[in-house]
Amino acid sequence: MAIAREAEPVGSLQEVKEAGLDREDLLAVYRNMLITRGIEERGHILYKQGKIPGSFYTGRGNEAAAVGVATAMDDVDVGTPLHRDMGVHVTRGVEPWRIFAQYMGRADGPTKGKDGNVHMADSRLGLLAMVSHLPAMLPVAVGCALAFRIREEKRVAVGWFGEGASARGDTHEGMNLAGVRKLPVVFICDNNQWAYSTPTYLEYATEHVADRAEAYGFDGVVVDGTDVLAVYREARRAIEKARAGGGPTLIECLTLRMEGHAVHDDAFYVPKDMFERWAASDPIERFRSWLREHAELGDQEEDEITSAVKKLLNDALTRAEESPLPDPSTLTDGVFATPEDLDTPHHK
Amino acid sequence: MAERTYLQAISDGLRQEMQHDKRVFVIGEDVGVYGGAFKVTLGFQEEFGPWRVIDAPLSETAIVGGCTGAAIMGLRPVAEMQFSDFISCAWDQLVTVAAKQRWRAGTPVPITVRLPSGGGFSGGPFHSQNPESSFAHIPGLKIVCPATPGDAKGLLVSAIQDPNPVLYFEHKHLYRRIKAEVPDERYTTPFGQARVHREGDDITLVTWGAMVWTADEAAQELEGDGVSVEILDLRTLIPWDKKAVLESVRKTSKAVVLHEDTHTGGFGGEIAATIAEEAFEDLDAPVKRIAAPDTPVPFSPALEKAFIPQVEDVVAGVRELADY
Repeated sequence: MAIAREAEPVGSLQEVKEAGLDREDLLAVYRNMLITRGIEERGHILYKQGKIPGSFYTGRGNEAAAVGVATAMDDVDVGTPLHRDMGVHVTRGVEPWRIFAQYMGRADGPTKGKDGNVHMADSRLGLLAMVSHLPAMLPVAVGCALAFRIREEKRVAVGWFGEGASARGDTHEGMNLAGVRKLPVVFICDNNQWAYSTPTYLEYATEHVADRAEAYGFDGVVVDGTDVLAVYREARRAIEKARAGGGPTLIECLTLRMEGHAVHDDAFYVPKDMFERWAASDPIERFRSWLREHAELGDQEEDEITSAVKKLLNDALTRAEESPLPDPSTLTDGVFATPEDLDTPHHK
Repeated sequence: MAERTYLQAISDGLRQEMQHDKRVFVIGEDVGVYGGAFKVTLGFQEEFGPWRVIDAPLSETAIVGGCTGAAIMGLRPVAEMQFSDFISCAWDQLVTVAAKQRWRAGTPVPITVRLPSGGGFSGGPFHSQNPESSFAHIPGLKIVCPATPGDAKGLLVSAIQDPNPVLYFEHKHLYRRIKAEVPDERYTTPFGQARVHREGDDITLVTWGAMVWTADEAAQELEGDGVSVEILDLRTLIPWDKKAVLESVRKTSKAVVLHEDTHTGGFGGEIAATIAEEAFEDLDAPVKRIAAPDTPVPFSPALEKAFIPQVEDVVAGVRELADY
């Protein structure tokens, strides 16, 4: 039996306005979702062209969940997005050319070629770089929230994890500490239903991952992760509750991983009709229809947005390809931090 | 100056640093109301309040992961592992996240993890280990192993101010056994500078932590036999003072490395290899290692005595080297 609250979809433009988004914000959300998908589609091509070393991961199907949550965060908030959350980087303002440079292991990627894929973050934009050991960044997000609590700052940390990573102990320890100390943190579970090839019923035995929240002493919410407005509304509520001292919330965004675990994986184990069902609920198409119906998005405006995104990404790709490969002499740079490295706004 | 035990010196250093820098906070199991399993933070919660001396759930992963997040947000966390053995539960956070974050993502992680380590009182396999070499192998972590009250204080202050993750191994067997005059004021002891614990001419003995005192007793005994031992206390393993070790070896021509950690893969191997690589021409004998045998730490006093290098083991080893 489900324990977590199941969020309702958002209906009218009026409801959206009450949740804090005006028409311009809505178009920005749409644009960010298009950029997110566009980056990953171009990444796929780059990979097939042999320009991306290693493997390649995308978050197709997760655009609404990522952009919706990131839109609900304030500038002062911080987060630890994962490999299906490109939309968080885009929404927080990471420049697409830097992301392409990261994919290709170039010197201008956020990690300067030292790490790949979405293992990157711009700390100036309040983002912390993920590691492969999921969900190791969840206790780190809790630590950010602990710092805000100690300093009595009105800031919130957002920690992402997947339903697969929900099986690991870090999830428990992080949520338990956050619950005990009522820390200003919001946990976002991207439940895309497949942990590589493992289905949800072999990952957890409750109906929802969010049902666990009650055991940690806070609220759990399940939201349709293809509905960007519902995700935004629930994330906003949870973030503002945390900011006001109300403690953590666990939000589970239900989506489907619309591609394989990584580029090498054809996801043969996912039933075909499952893909078909979820394709009918494509987050971008869904929001586009909503905008046309409720926010007067017309053909001309839509074309303008689409062309602007296309140009942005084409220019970004050109710029990234011009970025040099890292100089091998930089390999040993920065193994240890120097006192000057602490000269950042965080450490003042 | 006042006479302080090794434990009091750690406590003094931590307290003064918390008074000096309001970004410093302590988190660990039973560190607050109880004052820590060894009472290092006794009275701290009264002085600094419950949000700077935080009793954590039994969650080493969340403690170290939490410190990492708080450090990136600008604080200076000091985590206490109740026993250094329990750091295994936080391995992933230290090794996967904290150690690599500066190098790959440009984000420094200034955390200090206090690790009560070492045996000598029947703590058994899970309360007696010296896991420093496991972490010395991980790029991005610093390793500190004080042997004296003065260094315990100064190195802890340096650890807290260091912009990197620092593992601070405090040897439990020194806590109340070792006393010395320690300056009252706040001071730092730099990393990577070995201390000449005892000057000598015949043999260089490189060691750290509690073994400095075992070596000291052995050296006194050997002096009666006409063997003059120079004891170098490394103080920190990452970084370690290669220059001081090589200089001493060039003077004495013979070297022995002593540690309480087990033999294979112990940090002594790194030191021995470096001496062999860089001072081969100056050596009159192979570099010798004296370390615990490759077993878990035993419980029974009879077995533990056979495990931890004893004064007589060091005397025998050094004598063998002297006769080479």
